Amino acid sequence: MDDWAVRAEGLEKRYGEKRALDGFDLAVRPGTVHGLLGPNGAGKTTAVRVLATLRRLDGGRAEVAGVDVARDPRRVRALIGLTGQYAAVDEILTGRQNLEMFGRLFHLGGRGARARAAELLERFGLTEAADKGVEGYSGGMRRRLDLAASMILAPRVLFLDEPTTGLDPRGRGEVWDAVRDLVASGTTVLLTTQYLEEADKLASRVTVIDRGRAIADDTPEALKDRVGGDRIEVVAADPADLAHVARAVARVCSGEPRVVEEARRVHAPVADRVTALTEVARTLQDEGVQVEDIGLRRPSLDDVFLRLTGHATEEEKEAVAV
Amino acid sequence: MTSTLQPVAGRGRLYWALADCGNIVRRQLTHYRRKPVYIAWQLGFPILSVLLYGYVFGGAMKPPGGGGAADYRDFLMPGMFVMTMAFGFINTATAVVTDANKGVIDRFRSMPMAPSAVVTGRGATDVIIACAELTILAATAFVMGWRSDGGFLGTVAAFGLLLLLRYCLTWVGIWLGLLVPDPEAAGGLFAVAFPLTMISSVFVQPGTMPDWLGAVAAWNPISSTAAATRELFGNPGAGGGSWVEQHAVLMAVVWPVVITAVFLPLAVRRFQRLSR
Repeated sequence: MDDWAVRAEGLEKRYGEKRALDGFDLAVRPGTVHGLLGPNGAGKTTAVRVLATLRRLDGGRAEVAGVDVARDPRRVRALIGLTGQYAAVDEILTGRQNLEMFGRLFHLGGRGARARAAELLERFGLTEAADKGVEGYSGGMRRRLDLAASMILAPRVLFLDEPTTGLDPRGRGEVWDAVRDLVASGTTVLLTTQYLEEADKLASRVTVIDRGRAIADDTPEALKDRVGGDRIEVVAADPADLAHVARAVARVCSGEPRVVEEARRVHAPVADRVTALTEVARTLQDEGVQVEDIGLRRPSLDDVFLRLTGHATEEEKEAVAV
Repeated sequence: MTSTLQPVAGRGRLYWALADCGNIVRRQLTHYRRKPVYIAWQLGFPILSVLLYGYVFGGAMKPPGGGGAADYRDFLMPGMFVMTMAFGFINTATAVVTDANKGVIDRFRSMPMAPSAVVTGRGATDVIIACAELTILAATAFVMGWRSDGGFLGTVAAFGLLLLLRYCLTWVGIWLGLLVPDPEAAGGLFAVAFPLTMISSVFVQPGTMPDWLGAVAAWNPISSTAAATRELFGNPGAGGGSWVEQHAVLMAVVWPVVITAVFLPLAVRRFQRLSR
């Protein structure tokens, strides 16, 4: 087991009737970013909370940095860092006061805590704002401070639970840069996310979780290949034209076109995106078919899900229901 | 870089339980240093209450044993001290639920610190703040003419009982703070706390209330602290012949011990349930 930064086998966690984790397996290689991808309610956060010793296991076993989380939670806590969905920092204190407080609580002593705080403020680009109250920080700055607080002991394993949820693109970029820096310095990161794009950008390997179980474990490229790459999507103005549209799409696509009658939509995987789009547009125009919308779509988490599980994500179902 | 990452070694668990508690206290007190307006609000409310009850109602109130508004104020002051201590649990609950909702408690729980420090630090901070509140209140009362005739020991004992009441209510506050969904709900506890302090001997003698209500008021734990401190300060008491009113000093110790015995385990269990 020493070869894994995180290793989980058959994790189970129940909340009343609900099985939040239902035989969840995970293996994370040291020094990598490992993505844990899934929609809301799939069990991502529960998995992280169990591995970070915040929740007790109901079954299975897990080791973090070689230490059993159920048997020796206190030792695990000295080896990990955790950044949750909310920036868990003290809003009233300044950035520096936050890091010094956490440093003292990590038992670095007064002088050690002060030195470490200064170091981390510098590293996360917060030196200028160090002595301002956290209330005045932007979302990205708060999250970076939160990351810095998780890094005080230079943890072997860092858990990042949806670190960019609710951030604007700039804040997201700041957090991504910080994560890349951490990994470069040897930390292993387990990153949960709802965004395939984020997993794609940061993670070298991704575990897809659904209903408390790991349903796929692969590189981001391989996952996208399984979904079949880009898709063309056409929405007909008149339902009577759907057959026409499907025929036009079939001529250029690399797989079977799918027709969604109630949405008047035809979609299909394509190999050569631009040619496919122009071809279909021209054909439909020549045939005089009215089109409401036409475009290319990159595979989304919803597509990955549909392909891997055969059912849509909860959000997708809701969207269809509306 | 690694030189600063050496955790202090060779200290026992008890040392860290105390040191971590001290660091949590330091954090809470830093809040007051950064936001003096919090102190102003927390101390301003009791001062305002003393002035309002003392001068607005004071003249209309019949002090026990006769006398004028000044005698009522002598009766009232220990009651105001008690009320301030009693309302303190709302501050505790608000602080706890704020930390819980912001994820700060989870961060503490994910760290290799003593888990007990989260609650012991809260309790210690509450008692320190209560000392500041009592100092300011007593000074205000002094300016308004209130005096303790209980001598040094009696006065110290009276303040000790007030702090004991505040301390036991910290556990109620922590328990409620982990129970309510958000800080707004914690603020709403005023609606419960206010009648609970009114149905007591804080403002009037229970003897003037309807019999059944008077009995409830007499057995209200904060009545015992109010009666005991009046006795120890040598201020006019609320009288009453029932057993609980005759043994106020004893009950002012017994009630907090009972409340602690009930709510400390409840608070700790609630805290442990975060792991479930």
